[in-house]
Amino acid sequence: MAEQAAGQAQGQQINLLKVLGPTHVWALGVGIVLVGEFMGWNYAVGKGGAYGALIACWVIGLLYTCVAMIDSEITSTVAAAGGQYAQAKHTIGPLMAFNVGLYLVLAYTMLEAGDVLVAGQLVQIGAGELGASTAFEPFTILSLVVLAWLNYRGVFMTLTVNFVITAAAFLTIIILFIGLEPWHPESIMKHSELLTGLPYGWLGVIAAFHFGIWYYLGIEGTCQAAEEVRSPGRSLPLGTITGMITLAIAAGLTWYVCVGMLPWEYLGWDLTLAPLYDAARVSGSNFLHVALFVGTLFSAIASANGCINDAARAWFSMGRDRYLPQWFGAVHPRYRTPFRSILFLIPIAAVFALKVPLAQVITFSILSGLLNYTFMPINMFKFRRMWPLGSIRRGFQHPFHPFPAILLMSLCIITYFAVYLGYGRQLLAMMAFYIVASLWFHFYRYRFVRRGDQFTMAWPRPQGY
Amino acid sequence: MGLWQILEWAAWIISAVLLGWMFIDFLKVGREYSEATLLSSREGIDELELFGDGKKKGH
Repeated sequence: MAEQAAGQAQGQQINLLKVLGPTHVWALGVGIVLVGEFMGWNYAVGKGGAYGALIACWVIGLLYTCVAMIDSEITSTVAAAGGQYAQAKHTIGPLMAFNVGLYLVLAYTMLEAGDVLVAGQLVQIGAGELGASTAFEPFTILSLVVLAWLNYRGVFMTLTVNFVITAAAFLTIIILFIGLEPWHPESIMKHSELLTGLPYGWLGVIAAFHFGIWYYLGIEGTCQAAEEVRSPGRSLPLGTITGMITLAIAAGLTWYVCVGMLPWEYLGWDLTLAPLYDAARVSGSNFLHVALFVGTLFSAIASANGCINDAARAWFSMGRDRYLPQWFGAVHPRYRTPFRSILFLIPIAAVFALKVPLAQVITFSILSGLLNYTFMPINMFKFRRMWPLGSIRRGFQHPFHPFPAILLMSLCIITYFAVYLGYGRQLLAMMAFYIVASLWFHFYRYRFVRRGDQFTMAWPRPQGY
Repeated sequence: MGLWQILEWAAWIISAVLLGWMFIDFLKVGREYSEATLLSSREGIDELELFGDGKKKGH
């Protein structure tokens, strides 16, 4: 591995290694998200029926297309680890940056905890289907530790592995679609019998937006690789936008297969762990059954792997800027990874995976993600106003500004309402947490931040300053 | 002891070994390198500006 050979002598500067290409960026973004096609999105069916989940898939798909466009422009220009955190630092200020950093760390650590929990439970389910019984905890912890070890040892191998298992998981969705013979309507999939109208009307459709986020949650994680890609201007937009296209295809296929195989009342049932796997099971094909078991397991592992990568980089960046103790800003001299941040977050993810219910963990992850998306349109407006087109060289310039930013803000407001309908208490608790954290930062932590070091890009003075 | 019990134990043991490896490496790095070296990383340089096509920056 390139990073293993990259040891540096004492006294030299040690930075993160620039070894990643567009395929790694794709693997990071799609790897984090694809698990959402295998499980989680189906709760949208419970809220709005099968068609409600499809509408949520399209509307939330639009939200994430705006996220991908905005992120591609800003991150390919602000090429720094921490992604949206580093962007906030440059365009808005320290308090916003601190909050965005926290959103990122919480969203990814919670998702990572949910992923490894699911991986352990899948092994338990697999053992049960073989007629044996086993505990899930050893396999949950094993998944977490093996992935943390991989992350500790270097980013190139971590994301190369993610590329392989993500591509394999995506392939199983296509195999299932082909295996269910879509060219023979009503022979295996029974859409005309199973599809109903909107069981809870249009309010149900809006409520479904909350879980529609699952189809795409985490694609913005590609930004965390910004400091480690060889060519940010090319790799980040290419990896992010092809990732978004992959997810739109996967979401469409997933919806079509599942609503054609399972009644909506079953799909939306809270205890349904993995609807694609269930669809393969009821098909009666042993091959599809095994393939989708492997695909589901791979998707959970790929997601946890990407989340460890992203949470550690956000935590590392905040440490490097002294928003948190600077100790976390260390880079491993041989593997060139943020090793202290990776190690620090292992026990936190383990506690959440083993002690907190999955639904709560996931809701906190979604809420933190949503807060991050709300920041993005504000960020975009300020970025274009402070550095108009032509004032700095951009890696990618997204079209139709300010339409995507306005659309993103509007969709975020509607989605907050959707979350409030089902999880109002958690939403308010999360807001209270961020307010308390902001007060701590403002009145205590900010004194340690070196204000002069905040702005790191070699850009001209922003307009109006 | 059944196969799945053996697998459970194997999972715990592999986890402990990898955690131990990371922890020992973490201590070793702390001993061999100064804090200044470990914390010497700086936020990404703007490669687009450094290796750009020579376009003049607007001010």
